Amino acid sequence: MEKKNTAQEEGASSYPSAAPLEFRNVVKQYPGSDTRAVDDLSFEVPAGEICVLVGPSGCGKTTAMRMVNRMIDITDGDILLDGKSVVDRNPPELRREIGYVIQQIGLFPHQTIAQNIATVPKLLGWDKDRIGTRVDELLDLVSLPNDMGSRYPGQLSGGQRQRIGVARALAADPPLMLMDEPFGAIDPINRERLQDEFLRLQAEIRKTIVFVTHDIDEAIKMGDRIAILREGGILAQYDTPDAILSRPADEFVAQFVGVDRGLKRLALSHLGEIELAASNGQPADTPRAKRDASLRDALSLMMASGHQQIVVVDDNDEAVGVASLELIAGVLKLPNGSVTAPKKKTASETGETAAP
Amino acid sequence: MHAMLAAGGPVIPSFGKSSSCVQDNGAFCFDWIRDNWDSTFQPALISHLKLTVIAVGIGFVLALGLALLAHQRRWLITPLTLVFATVFTIPSLALFQVLVPISGLTVLTAEIALVGYTLSILFANIITGLREVPAEVRDAARGMGLSDRQILFRVELPIALPAVMAGLRIATVTVISLATIATVITVQSLGGPIFEGIQNDFKTKYVAAGLLTVVLALVADGLLVITQRRLTPWARARRA
Repeated sequence: MEKKNTAQEEGASSYPSAAPLEFRNVVKQYPGSDTRAVDDLSFEVPAGEICVLVGPSGCGKTTAMRMVNRMIDITDGDILLDGKSVVDRNPPELRREIGYVIQQIGLFPHQTIAQNIATVPKLLGWDKDRIGTRVDELLDLVSLPNDMGSRYPGQLSGGQRQRIGVARALAADPPLMLMDEPFGAIDPINRERLQDEFLRLQAEIRKTIVFVTHDIDEAIKMGDRIAILREGGILAQYDTPDAILSRPADEFVAQFVGVDRGLKRLALSHLGEIELAASNGQPADTPRAKRDASLRDALSLMMASGHQQIVVVDDNDEAVGVASLELIAGVLKLPNGSVTAPKKKTASETGETAAP
Repeated sequence: MHAMLAAGGPVIPSFGKSSSCVQDNGAFCFDWIRDNWDSTFQPALISHLKLTVIAVGIGFVLALGLALLAHQRRWLITPLTLVFATVFTIPSLALFQVLVPISGLTVLTAEIALVGYTLSILFANIITGLREVPAEVRDAARGMGLSDRQILFRVELPIALPAVMAGLRIATVTVISLATIATVITVQSLGGPIFEGIQNDFKTKYVAAGLLTVVLALVADGLLVITQRRLTPWARARRA
């Protein structure tokens, strides 16, 4: 899985490839306004994790994200990147060390794709050869052909532009990425594909990521941790997706995640992760599902076929056990954390997540 | 030139023999144009070209400077736009005459007026070009760590270039056309042979000078189009 990474040769910055981020009592109040846009926001994002900021419009999630790279000034409190305050930094220099992806992408229409990707390396004064090599690496990383480098943004599809936006943000191998509704302007089918693609990419690059969205389903899918904000920029809950779905902190969170939060929670775990019953001569017409099918899909399959059971099979279509309706319902009753611990990748593998 | 007011037939410099085309006051007597190229048309053309290049050059520099200033201090945009829009409505004949008491019957007077027109056109176009830079492009540039100066020179101005070039084309063609009027304040241009030809009712002279003005405008415009295509290959690159 190890890919070449020209950006790490000399180190664009003194940062490791991912750095922890901490919000410490952060406040944003615009001049002339009585109310705060962000109010006493505190949370920590361990290195290499995706933290999703989610909430209704006007909850200050984008404002919170934009304070990290000083696009918006912090009124009070502090934000620490790798333990160092961002407040003392020269903003343009700080921003060159933080990847930045926005919904409308903002590719430079007058520059080729290669020039777009090379923006930050050029600002950092890399030599031509190193930039050229890095551009090719990044096009590979986002699964686009190298000859696309000579095209202009106007010649690309929306999905391709989005990938270039991510490649451009990753160019100098920043320890932190800020992503503001990066898939918000993409149609639902391609959005799902880009989300999956990005999660695979993240499993490889393991950046610390602050991801803003208004869509709770996207938050649950993308986040290692979710910060739910309410109007006035107040943190309602900061936890893993499973914990938020199983134990919403209050009525606001419960409403925001939706009455179907049980189903959403089932979507987080797979048949392969639960203890299955032994298979003993199920009727031939019992539906079958692979181990990597989600519990939600398994439930749906049972409902649709009118069965109370489902045969779980491995990649060779050999039965490995049986999941029943009671078994799946039981999963939701189990204390939080026992089922869905290794939701995706980074958290358990890097070992950097402290138990909640 | 008032001395040349003619009574009756065409007054032709008496170089002795003249062709039948000239004697018949033909619309386009090539032999006469060829014979008088060095004495009449070439100097007028060169002078016309100089007037144009200087006016557009100075006008461009001033317009760019003012547009960049107004780009930073937004409140300047409205008053400047108003002033230039007003300047542009003044008839050139009147503008030249208004300036004569101040700067005399000089090239300077002609240039002041022509620069004024260039400025009016270019300022509006540069401001529009800068305004049309998409907000998300500016935001991405800032978010990646470009300084304000880098954003201006690497992002905003290049993206505004098609609008700037469009302005340059309009300004250049306008100035080439208006420069003929500079003749009324005795400044040499292709307007000279046009006025003389009309006053003397000598068709070849004003037709040739008029055509030369048109050709000059077309060539200048063509060169600017080629320059624009070279400078902005991205503007034509669209998804097939």
